[in-house]
Order: sequence, then C-alpha cells, then structure tokens
Amino acid sequence: MASGTVTSSEYIAHHLTNLTFGNHPDKGWGFAHGAQEAAEMGFWAINVDTMVFSVGLGLFFLWLFQKVAKSATAGVPGNTQNFVETIIEFVDDNVKSIFHHKNAMIAPLALTIFVWVFLMNTMDLIPVDWLPFIAAEMGVSYLKVVPTTDVNATAGMALAVFALIIYYSIQQKGVKGFVAELTLQPLGKWLLPFNLFLEIVGLLAKPISLALRLFGNMYAGEMIFILVALLPFWAQWLLSVPWAIFHILVITLQAFIFMVLTIVYLAMAHDSH
Amino acid sequence: MNINLTIIGQAIAFAIFVAFCMKYVWPPITAALAERKKKIAEGLDAAERAARDLELAKEKAASNMRESKEQAAAIIEQANKRANQIVDEAKEQATEEANRVKTAAQAEIEQEANRAKEALRAQVATLVIAGAEKILEAAIDEKAHAQLVDKLAAEL
Repeated sequence: MASGTVTSSEYIAHHLTNLTFGNHPDKGWGFAHGAQEAAEMGFWAINVDTMVFSVGLGLFFLWLFQKVAKSATAGVPGNTQNFVETIIEFVDDNVKSIFHHKNAMIAPLALTIFVWVFLMNTMDLIPVDWLPFIAAEMGVSYLKVVPTTDVNATAGMALAVFALIIYYSIQQKGVKGFVAELTLQPLGKWLLPFNLFLEIVGLLAKPISLALRLFGNMYAGEMIFILVALLPFWAQWLLSVPWAIFHILVITLQAFIFMVLTIVYLAMAHDSH
Repeated sequence: MNINLTIIGQAIAFAIFVAFCMKYVWPPITAALAERKKKIAEGLDAAERAARDLELAKEKAASNMRESKEQAAAIIEQANKRANQIVDEAKEQATEEANRVKTAAQAEIEQEANRAKEALRAQVATLVIAGAEKILEAAIDEKAHAQLVDKLAAEL
C-alpha cells in the first residue's frame, strides 16, 4: 500500500502522469516535474514514454513479422510462421468480409493497427508498479507504460485514419463527389446548410470516437489496476487477477474494434452514396 | 515514489495471473495453432500423395499400353503364321488329292482297256470260229476244236 510519504491521490496522479519533455516557460527545455508543469508546456511538448513504448512495440511487430515473411515457406509452417499466418488470416478474413473494393493498402493497414494496438494494450497486463519502479531506480521520475492510455497516441492513430478517409473519399469520388456527399444528402439541396452540418458532425465523429473509445477503455482499465494497487499487498491479487483476466478480453476486443472500424470507415469512403 | 510491499503484492498477483494464463489461456491457443499446423501438413501430404498416385497411374497406363501392343503384335504374327500354314496344308492336300484322282483314273483306264481287250478276245474267238465254220461248212465239231480255237484266240 502506498503510504507514508505518498498519499493515495498522489500515487494515482503519479501513475497517470506521462514523462513529458518540452519547453517550460520558466524553466526552459527539460522533463516536466508533474502534470502541472507538463500542462504549462502547452502543445509543443512530447510524451517521451508514450513515444518510446509505442515506437518500440511497433518496431517489435515489424521485426517479428518481417523475420517470418523473409523465411516464409509454402510447406508446413514453423511455430512462429504458423502464429503469424493465423493473425494475418484473421485480419484478412475481416477485411474481405467488410471491404469489397480494390485497395491493396487496407489489409496491411488493418494488420498493423490490430497488432500494434494489441501490443500497446498488452502493456496493461504488466503490474502497474514494475516498470515505473525500474524507471525510478534509473532516475526517470514519471513513466506511463501503456501508450493507449495516452490520448495523444490514440488520437494520433485516429487522425491518420481520418486523413486516409478524406484522401480516399476524394480519390474515389473526386472533390465534386465528396462535396456533393457532404452537402446534398440526406435531405436534398434545399436544406444544404443542415446537410453540411449533419455530415460534418458525422465525419468528425469517426476519428473522435475511434480515439476516445480506445483511450477511454484503456485509461479506465489502467485506473482500476492503480486503485487495486492501493489495497493491502496480500489482498491485491483478489481483484487484480480477475481484472487482468478480464482484460485479456478487453485488450483484444479494443484492438479488434479499432481495426474493424478503420476498415468500415475506409469502406464507406470508397462507397458512393 | 516510494517502494513498499505493493510491489510484492503485484508480484503475487502477476504470478497468479501468469499461472492462470498458462493453465487456461495458453493451451487452447497452442492447441488451435497445432491443429492448424497439422491440417496444413495433412493437406500437403495428401497433395503429394495424389501427385505420386497420378504418376504411378500414368506409368501403369503406359506399361499396360505397351503390353497390349506387344500382345497384339504377337497375335497378328501368330495369325499370319497360321494362315500360311493353312494355305500350305491346303496346297499339299490339293496336290495329294490330285495325285490320288490321277492314279485312280489311270487304274480305271487300265482296267477298262483290259476289259475291252478281254471282250475283244472273246469276240475274236467267236468270230474266228464263225469264220472257220463258214470255211469248213460245219465240218468241224465245235466241241472238238474248241481247244484249238481258244489257243488261237489267246494268241491274238
């Protein structure tokens, strides 16, 4: 139990603070000491822990899959190849059942999103104090190990998907078609402003819901783990083990939802209404 | 940041969690993966076996074909031989038959000639006797001179 020099609320706040690097108006360039300093740095600051873990896990994904792809055989697959093939088949099946246009980018995109989000979510299962403890020993004062509990990470991915939605909408339907889609429906040209308002809201809701759904789920999950960590040490497993087991489902499901929604949104971008 | 028993508590929880995964989460996943691998191996095996079977069947068909051709050739040769044999036999039989008929005809001709000679002889005897009778004006006893006449006829 966190006690003594650290109160419960300080403990929680500590665990929910990213390691932020930026230009503080008073102290200049450096790591923020606490959430308040990070907030004072404004927009031009970066969450180093989020970047390190997300990029690291992304590289791990690329390394593993590229290794398998290089040595892939048409014969009986080895264990790793078998595992990778299973994931790719799963993603490919989903893409094929949702996305019916011709676009070679959708399946790799879906695979990357699924595996990457899954890996980032999986960091959730590592006990909440372990990596921050090691980091503290090494002199790093703040560390949030689950990148998807940082809204910057999820919103970043959602923005990338949003850019793709806009790009493919215009590529498939032309600027004219895209504008027509935003203005002339659902109620016809006489209610153009209303249509535009509806469609813009609908369009913006896609990336926002993508980002906030993943962030919210993972943040809440992480929060429960942190709260459980405040219990007496001999009782923690009573709650954290069931929650971790439940989270196996959550992390997979959230990765799957992010992937499926991306495919669906891009399929909608390809469809002409 | 202070380190206390929390970290032990989390270690306990993590150990239990890992144990749970080892017992209930991992086996179904590995089983599914093993199943998939087995299916792939079986599929590849079956394909290979089918290819091999096809190869064998082709070979068998080719050898059957060759055998049949050989058999057909043998049958044709035999038939030719037999035909020649039959022709030869027929020729032989015909020659034999011809010879037989010729011999029989010759024999008959000879017989016929002999018979004609006999008949002629007999008639000559009668004629001679009749001539002699005429000459001798029945003076000669037919019975007494039969021997003489016969002798004469035989000399003819």
